[in-house]
Amino acid sequence: MENVLIAGSGPAGLTAAIYTARADMNPLVLEGHIPGGQLIVSNEVENYPGFTEPISGIELIDQFRKQAKRFGSRFKAESVEEVKKRDDIFEVSTGNQTITTRSLIIATGAQARRLPIPTEHKFYGKGVSGCATCDGAFFRDKEVLVVGGGNTAMQDAVFLTRFASKVTIVHRRDYLRAAAIEVERTKKEPKIEWMIPWIVEEILGNESVTGAILRNPQTNEEYHIQCDGIFVAIGHDPQTKVFKKLVKTDENGFIHVEAGSTKTSMPGVFACGDVRDLVYKQAVVAAGHGCMAAIDVEHHLERKG
Amino acid sequence: MLKTNLKHLETEEEGKEVLENNENVMICCGRMGPMCIPVYRIMEQLEDEYSHVAFRDQSFDIPAADFIKSLPECSSFMGLPFAVYFKNGKVVAATSSVQTKEQITKILDKVFGK
Repeated sequence: MENVLIAGSGPAGLTAAIYTARADMNPLVLEGHIPGGQLIVSNEVENYPGFTEPISGIELIDQFRKQAKRFGSRFKAESVEEVKKRDDIFEVSTGNQTITTRSLIIATGAQARRLPIPTEHKFYGKGVSGCATCDGAFFRDKEVLVVGGGNTAMQDAVFLTRFASKVTIVHRRDYLRAAAIEVERTKKEPKIEWMIPWIVEEILGNESVTGAILRNPQTNEEYHIQCDGIFVAIGHDPQTKVFKKLVKTDENGFIHVEAGSTKTSMPGVFACGDVRDLVYKQAVVAAGHGCMAAIDVEHHLERKG
Repeated sequence: MLKTNLKHLETEEEGKEVLENNENVMICCGRMGPMCIPVYRIMEQLEDEYSHVAFRDQSFDIPAADFIKSLPECSSFMGLPFAVYFKNGKVVAATSSVQTKEQITKILDKVFGK
């Protein structure tokens, strides 16, 4: 029987692992299908305190993981598929095995949203991508769109100028959510053009993407744009589907927590990071939540005796 | 080298050998990135259940990967990883970019049987 099982291995899950391991709770971390979570998609992280120079998301997560391992955290490359509660014990099924635990920390993060266009699936991997750092090199000397107005979209657009001949940012609103520093950096890139406020209405192509139909939501005007690739950076949804019967969530799937803590509606289950964060969605915030969850678990187990 | 628990194909000879000696083969060619890692993890999980399939991975950036990259079935691919399914040495299915466990098992069941 585990004292604490941590589902997720992004900044929240790994910080919870560091703290619970140091508190002698011998945590087991289920790393999920994408170890490291969303952070590993980031080409450069330059706002995580303690790192004076930019660091890649993969390198940063590697540091978290090594630190958690140094204190004895254990890891399994598996994901939660189902959780059942029996008395005060949780039975967590991964598909390969069932793990029993006295407490559970949900830190499964969020997954990237896909474009709500029926043909998007057909073109995924054939011009449509959710990862500029993974697939950017396929678009050397080609024209691409980046859909979104947040920090990821700005960073993706700038990154893609290394390969693409032209990058067009398409954003549905007439303002950007991205930080000012990211917007300024993006505006300085001569290869980047802007289509704001426009929506991707349809993706065009046969075997692969050849263009898109855009629509201006303010004027309803349509515009046919030629492009070879479409990079989607329109935000994330919390990965909480398997926990919906266990804990209370809002209509978008974010887990409800008690104010000022990580306690969920189910005693013994704690939520940290992007699964409960509607507002900030930053690695450093997720790490802080991970620390809170570890301390909350410690108090919970002490009370249980 | 890829950091997975799968057997890696590092040379052209290893690629030929696995196709010659196995009726059913799935090769995932990629990097250690967020689109590729989930596919490797799923393959690792399926190895026991699909013991009649040889699961292999291959780094996208080695010369031996030219074999996968140059397949006609992969000519329109622009997303990592490239996953290619072979039956008796012939390509029977291929996908580009990240896939779910359901998508992969659907192909495995269709082309290799349960």
